[in-house]
Amino acid sequence: MQDKTPGSGPLRRILWLLPAMALAGCKFEVLAPTGDVAAQQRDLLVQATVLMSLIIVPVLLLTGFFAWRYRASNTRATYSPEWAHSTKLELAIWAFPVLIVVALGTLTWVGTHLTDPYRPLDRIAKDTPLEADHTPFEVQVVALDWKWLFIYPEQGVASVNELAVPVDRPIRFRLTASSVMNAFYIPSMAGMIYAMPGMETTLNGVFNEEGEFRGLASHYSGWGFSGMKFTAHALAPDAFDDWVAAAREGEGRLDRAAYLDLEEPTENVPPMTYAAVEPELFDRAVNMCVEEGKMCMAEMMALDAGGGTGLNGTINMAALTRDEAAKRGARAPVLGWEPFQVAGYCTPEEESRMFGQRPAWAAAPPRDASPLRGAGLPRPGTAPGLTSPGFWSRPGLDLAALLPPAGDAAAAAPNL
Amino acid sequence: MAEFDNSTTLLLGRLNLSAVPKEPIVLVTAVVVAIGGLGLLALLTRRRLWGYLWSEWFTSVDHKKIGIMYMILGFVMLLRGFADALMMRLQQVWAFGGSEGYLNAHHYDQIFTAHGVIMIFFVAMPFITGLMNYVVPLQIGARDVSFPFLNNFSFWMTTGGAVLIMASLFVGEFAQTGWLAFPPLSGAGFSPWVGVDYYIWGLQIAGVGTTLSGINLLVTIVKMRAPGMTLMRMPIFTWTSLCANILIVASFPILTMTLILLTLDRYVGTNFFTSELGGNAMLYVNLIWIWGHPEVYILILPLFGVFSEVTATFSGKRLFGYSSMVYATVCITILSYIVWLHHFFTMGSGASVNAFFGITTMIISVPTGAKIFNWLFTIYQGRVRYELPMMWTVAFMITFTVGGMTGVLLAVPPADFVLHNSLFLVAHFHNVIIGGVVFGTFAGIAYWWPKAFGFTLDVFWGKVSFWCWLAGYWLAFTPLYVLGLMGVTRRTRVFDDPDLRIWFVLAALGAVLVALGIAAMIVQFAVSIRNRHRNRDLTGDPWDGRTLEWATSSPPAPYNFAFTPLVHGLDAWSSMKLADQQRPDAPFLPIHMPRPTGSGVILSALATLCGFAMVWWIWWLAALSFAALVGYAIRHTFDYDRDHHIPVEEVARCEAARDRQLALAEA
Repeated sequence: MQDKTPGSGPLRRILWLLPAMALAGCKFEVLAPTGDVAAQQRDLLVQATVLMSLIIVPVLLLTGFFAWRYRASNTRATYSPEWAHSTKLELAIWAFPVLIVVALGTLTWVGTHLTDPYRPLDRIAKDTPLEADHTPFEVQVVALDWKWLFIYPEQGVASVNELAVPVDRPIRFRLTASSVMNAFYIPSMAGMIYAMPGMETTLNGVFNEEGEFRGLASHYSGWGFSGMKFTAHALAPDAFDDWVAAAREGEGRLDRAAYLDLEEPTENVPPMTYAAVEPELFDRAVNMCVEEGKMCMAEMMALDAGGGTGLNGTINMAALTRDEAAKRGARAPVLGWEPFQVAGYCTPEEESRMFGQRPAWAAAPPRDASPLRGAGLPRPGTAPGLTSPGFWSRPGLDLAALLPPAGDAAAAAPNL
Repeated sequence: MAEFDNSTTLLLGRLNLSAVPKEPIVLVTAVVVAIGGLGLLALLTRRRLWGYLWSEWFTSVDHKKIGIMYMILGFVMLLRGFADALMMRLQQVWAFGGSEGYLNAHHYDQIFTAHGVIMIFFVAMPFITGLMNYVVPLQIGARDVSFPFLNNFSFWMTTGGAVLIMASLFVGEFAQTGWLAFPPLSGAGFSPWVGVDYYIWGLQIAGVGTTLSGINLLVTIVKMRAPGMTLMRMPIFTWTSLCANILIVASFPILTMTLILLTLDRYVGTNFFTSELGGNAMLYVNLIWIWGHPEVYILILPLFGVFSEVTATFSGKRLFGYSSMVYATVCITILSYIVWLHHFFTMGSGASVNAFFGITTMIISVPTGAKIFNWLFTIYQGRVRYELPMMWTVAFMITFTVGGMTGVLLAVPPADFVLHNSLFLVAHFHNVIIGGVVFGTFAGIAYWWPKAFGFTLDVFWGKVSFWCWLAGYWLAFTPLYVLGLMGVTRRTRVFDDPDLRIWFVLAALGAVLVALGIAAMIVQFAVSIRNRHRNRDLTGDPWDGRTLEWATSSPPAPYNFAFTPLVHGLDAWSSMKLADQQRPDAPFLPIHMPRPTGSGVILSALATLCGFAMVWWIWWLAALSFAALVGYAIRHTFDYDRDHHIPVEEVARCEAARDRQLALAEA
């Protein structure tokens, strides 16, 4: 077993319940995680199990008892063939489960909000609150066929199938995928979250213990799926700095061309690092415009939100420069057009400014984690007073007005 | 990755030599199946059974025969789906310590997709449709369903879908996408060959059958109940069938539409579910689960009905809490539409949405729990006879309760975040589907077999099968719960942690036990048929039943009831027995019945051919078979010779035979 397990009270119960664990040592990652978020999720799992046992165990025992007691050969047991209704009993068998569900539902409502992957962390461990002025450590994750790409925007390095992060520091993963749906999962750290092409999801988590942890793809994504796993290294601050320094001294620059090479389907890829990363690469991956000249999704959405470009919109259809499905044997629709892409109107500078605008929820401050106080918990990023022009389009939005004045790009893109 | 060739010829579309299976396992299977199939055909020809099969079974519009054919279809497909399961288990035991196992990714990924598709659409669905078809008209005192031809057509469309899915094993490939074929993986880009197309057309053709059969049974229950049988006097199995068919009618069109959109994406390059040009794959995930979750209840509800009938009959008691059972069923029917998102909490919907769907899911457990309690209190102060159906029912109550608990666990979003897509999830849904749907089907088979064939099933082999299934289930899936708690993901083909292996070995042993259970069941059928004279049921009511199907002879006459029964309360047959009612023996009237027709077989064959042509891009054949399909359907509407009258003499002869049987039973 690992030495330190946050919230080990319920865990001990599980240990007693499952002597089988001895067989597998510390393999029960879901029941004995080291990360604070996963531990909270585990606690809920255990609490829910205990709550439901209140009704499940009596039912199982009663089933066994009644089935034995009222067997036909037992003529001493009472036999009342016409007894088929009892208002009191029926009230009880509806009311008791309702009570359990009310309790479980309350736990669920609070727990779901507290462990929401989008919610910035407000504590490192149970009794270790965060300092007010901290910034989460950001990692950008791209699910490729069939490996994981990790980009460290602060450090300007990247790695494949190997994640290195400082221990005891909140981490904010921003995730997307290049081709098909996937899910990102480090069982010891926090629950999983989907990584999907053309979309960005967020996962907040923390490693509370140094060590190597298993990371995996938990959503089937095609024939290389089984080999799509990585090791997560949770490192002490010095060790992490050493890792970054080593990566910087290494070879390779992950620019758009290198990314497109990397994106080609490969299986069982050994870990590797890149010494430098082109800024905005992740935003381009999310917006599906890593290829030169291709219109970014954000631009397309902004144009569409402004009413679209009408017939003029058909003049910028271009042949695919690259098809991410090609290596899987992609084909044109048999009765339709050749696949095409839409050429962008924006200049790279304008694109930079678009990427710089983060959605409101990404900038939300950590929230108070104290339990439910009657009014329910607001969703992260929806607190009043948090106004931002927003990244995502809405009806009537004017693309020009959306963009900040030229020259402000750097200020608008603090993370890049 | 498969070797394939999408280049087309006018005559054969993209059907070319690359469609011939190359993997030795598939090749050997193909040869064995071909030899077995030819042997069967030869046997049927030699015994001159074709004419009999055609006129008495294939073209029959008798709901009883169609019900039996559905059960046979389900059982045959169970063998195929279970073979897939065994292969997966073997692969997962094998592929450790650097070994790739014996299945490559292309083959393995097809197997788990086919296993899911076959078990849900072509095993579970035929089983429940078969039971409903056979039993519902008898239980409500009707002579057939509302639309007898449609019933035959529905069966053959379901079979047509199954034929397409089976064809994919030997001609081309099946989908490698998981059983719900999420895009973009199932789009033309990432699944370029025929696998997903087989999936789409197989399900579309079978889906026509399911939808029509849903409409048919729904109308039958609403319109054809015996006089006096008000809604609140319907047997509980009829109630659950009614709700299941409402769900079918309301949810299968969503599946059809979703698959049509996917078809457009694949064939004509629309972008409903791609990630570019405005498409969004999350749409598909939502739509497919808006069908998929009600589907779960379509499967389980009729079996809840079976358990209710069986518990009441074998406890020798009225069912406890009939009204609350009905309300629980209706609650589940409605609630099943507002829980679909719990299948993808981890897609990132946000906490409030996730919490809402988590809590609605928990609420469903309340009526389900009420049902369990009702069965429990039916047993309470009863005289329980442990015949096979009752054994399956008690096994269900224990197994399903555990499965229900793990289901509610998965409905807690934070717990789901760590267990989603894991083997824990796999263990959970097998827990409820095997513990509920499969055990329930077997309870139903053992319960109604004497009604259908006139003799009871062999008890010894039935018990062997029962214990193998029960022990096999627990041995096969408990390790999967454990593996899920270790964070092991489903659909994984190769493992590197040697400590996991022991659990997979245990699970594989469990699967072998289940295999023995299936074998014992086949032996049971064979032995029972051999000993049929010894186990003959002359009374028509071998279990001291409570509902109207037991008022008929075993097997019932083609017209079910010579005189329509009048219903005065719940458990109509029980009260008839209590009042010592005598069947009237005169005056018989000619009975108006539908006439057999071959149209269902022909239409379904054309539809299957059209599907095959669409899969392989053989456009001329697709157009031709589609035109023929529409043409033949129109022609059928002009066939006015659809009914006949069973003459009085025939009815009198049947009823006299029944009297002789009853006299024999009393002697």
